[in-house]
Amino acid sequence: MSALPAAPRQGRRAWLLSNSPASRLQARLGRAYMVWLRFSANGLAVAGLAIILLLVLVAIFAGLLAPHSPTLGDLAGARLLPPGTPGYLLGTDDQGRDILSRLIYGSRLTLFVVVLVAVIAAPVGLLVGTVAGYAGGWLDAVLMRITDIFLAFPKLVLALAFAAALGPGIENAVIAIAITSWPPYARIARAETLTVRNSDYIAAVRLVGASPWRIVLRHVMPMCLSSLIVRVTLDMAGIILTAAGLGFLGLGAQPPTPEWGAMIASGRRFILDQWWVATMPGIAIFVVSLGFNLLGDGLRDALDPKEGAQ
Amino acid sequence: MAMAGTVQAPRSSQARARAWLLGFLRFATVIVTTYLGLLAVTFFIGRVIPIDPVLAVLGDHASASAIAQARREMGLDLPLWQQFLLYLRQVLSGDLGTSVLTTNPVTTDIVRVFPATLELATFGTIVGVAIGIPLGVLAAVRRGSLADQVVRLVGLAGYSIPIFWLALVGLLFFYARLRWVAFPGRIDVAYEYTFTPITGLYLVDAVIQGQWDVAWDVFRHIVLPGCLLGYFSLAYVSRMTRSFMLNELGQEYIVAARAKGLAERRVIWRHALRNAAVPLVTVVVLSYASLLEGSVLTEIVFSWPGIGSYITNALQNADMSAVLGGTLIIGSVFIAINLLSDVLYRALDPRTRVR
Repeated sequence: MSALPAAPRQGRRAWLLSNSPASRLQARLGRAYMVWLRFSANGLAVAGLAIILLLVLVAIFAGLLAPHSPTLGDLAGARLLPPGTPGYLLGTDDQGRDILSRLIYGSRLTLFVVVLVAVIAAPVGLLVGTVAGYAGGWLDAVLMRITDIFLAFPKLVLALAFAAALGPGIENAVIAIAITSWPPYARIARAETLTVRNSDYIAAVRLVGASPWRIVLRHVMPMCLSSLIVRVTLDMAGIILTAAGLGFLGLGAQPPTPEWGAMIASGRRFILDQWWVATMPGIAIFVVSLGFNLLGDGLRDALDPKEGAQ
Repeated sequence: MAMAGTVQAPRSSQARARAWLLGFLRFATVIVTTYLGLLAVTFFIGRVIPIDPVLAVLGDHASASAIAQARREMGLDLPLWQQFLLYLRQVLSGDLGTSVLTTNPVTTDIVRVFPATLELATFGTIVGVAIGIPLGVLAAVRRGSLADQVVRLVGLAGYSIPIFWLALVGLLFFYARLRWVAFPGRIDVAYEYTFTPITGLYLVDAVIQGQWDVAWDVFRHIVLPGCLLGYFSLAYVSRMTRSFMLNELGQEYIVAARAKGLAERRVIWRHALRNAAVPLVTVVVLSYASLLEGSVLTEIVFSWPGIGSYITNALQNADMSAVLGGTLIIGSVFIAINLLSDVLYRALDPRTRVR
C-alpha cells in the first residue's frame, strides 16, 4: 500500500470494514469491499479483469480506435500486406482490409454474443432451478429430468444442428448456444435453493403472507446470484469458443462482418504463405477467453473462499 | 447422483433384491427419457424449424403434385405426435434417411466414417491421460510452486484456445515448416488401395497385419490432430487430478502412512492416487466423450474423414438428414458414455453400493 498517511481514506476503509454497520448500504458496501480485497490480492484475476475491461472499452470506442474501415478494403494497393507495414500494424487480408481494424470492430460481436447468451440462458436456468428447488415434488422431478436430458447432450454438435436448421446468422448462433447452455445454471440455482428453502427467514416471509412467486423471486433468487455469476463468467470463455467455432464453420456472422471465427476461416486458405490472416484473430480469441477464465477463477476464489482453498 | 454412504444394518436378501430392482428401474428410466429427449430434439430440428421440410428435400423447382405426394409420403399431413411416432419407428429400425450428398443411407455412411473419429478421440484421450495425470499429481504435491503455476497456466490455456485455430497453427509449423507430420487425411494416397482395413482403426489394423510401413504412415497422420485433442483433454484431466489429489493429501490416512515410515513416493502414487482414481475415472470418461464431440472442428482442419467432417460437409450442402443422423449418433454415444461414467463410479466406489 502507499506510504502516504491518507487519513480520509483510512476512515473510509474503517467504515467499510466495520463490524457493526449502521445501515443496509454500509453492510452491502462493506461486503463488496471485502470481496474486492480478496479478489485484488490475486494478480492473475486482476489481469483477467483488465483484459475484459479493455475489451469493453475497445468495443465502445471501436469507431475512434480503428484506423481503417472494417469492411471496405483497399483491393488495389493493400492486399495481404504482412504485419508491421506502415499504417497496417497487424497486416491486411485478401480483400485489402486492415486486420487490426477488423479485430477492433469484431470485439463488438464477441461481446454481443457473450452478453446475449448470458442474458438469455442465465435467467432461464435461474428460474427453472429456483422453481424446481422451491416447489419440490413432481414439478422438481420433471424440471430436473428435462435439465438432465439437456445436460447429457453434446453442446457443440447440438448448437451446430440448431444453427444449421435456423440458418446462418449471428442471432441464430446466439439462440443455438443459449439453448444448450442453460442446464448447468438450473442445477446450481436448484442446489442453492435447497440450502435456503427451509431456513428461518423464508419461514418468516411465508408467515407474513408472501406468495410462493414472491418468495422465489425476491428472497430465493438473490441467494443464488453469486454462484451463478461465477459460473456464467467461467462459461463465457466456452461461449466465445463455441461462437467462434460456429463462425469458423460459416454458421455464425456472415461476411463481410468481422467476426473473429469467420476471419480465421477466411484466412485458412492462405495459412501457408500469409500466416497472419488466420493467426491474428485466433490470438484475439485466446486473449479474451483467457481473460474471462482468469476473471471467473478469481471471482470464485473471492466469493467462496472455501472452494478457492483447493 | 451418488447414493448417500450411510451405514445401514444388513438387510434380508429380499430387501436387497428389491433395492437393486428399484435402482435398475430408475436407471432404465433415465436411459429411456434421455434418449427420447434427444430424439425429440432432432425431430424438432428436422421437422418443425424448417418452414417447409418438403422444400428442404425437393428444392424449389418441384411441381405442385410432387410436393403433395412428398408431403403424404413424409407423413406431414398427420398430427405432430403421430409424426414423432413415425420418426421414432424409423430411427429405431436403423433408418436415418438418405444423404442427398452421398446418395447412401445415412446409417451406411456413419458406419463408414465413425471409426476414424473413434481412433482420433482414443488417441487424444490416451495422450491426455498419460501426460495429464502425472502433471496434476506434480502440481498437487508441489502446491504453490513454479511447477504448479505452470501446470495451471497450461490448463487455463487449454480452456481458452480455439481448437481449430491451434490446429491451423500446428499445421503451419509441423507440416509446412518442419515437415515432421503428414497431411491431409488418415493415410497416404499410395497406401489407400493396397491397405485393407479390418476394424476401421487404421493404426490397429496396420499393426495386426504386420505392415509396419503403413503403421508408420498412419502414425504420422494421426500424431498432430491426436496430440492437439490430447492437449485439450490434458487441460481438463490435469486440473481435476490436482484438485482430487489435494483432497486426498489432506486426509488423515496420508498422515498415518507417512508416520508409518512409508516412502513419500509410495504414499503419493499408491495411497493417495489410488483413492483419487475413483472420481478420476469419471473425469477421463467424460473427457473422452467431449473429445468425440470436439473432434468435429479438428477433423475439418485436418481433412480427417470422420463423422465431424461428414456433418460439416452435409451442413454446407444443406443435407439435413445427414446432419441430423450425425447429431443423433454423436448424441447417442455421448449419452451412453455419460451413463457409463455413472455406472463406473458406482462400481468403483464401495460407498455407493446398495447394501
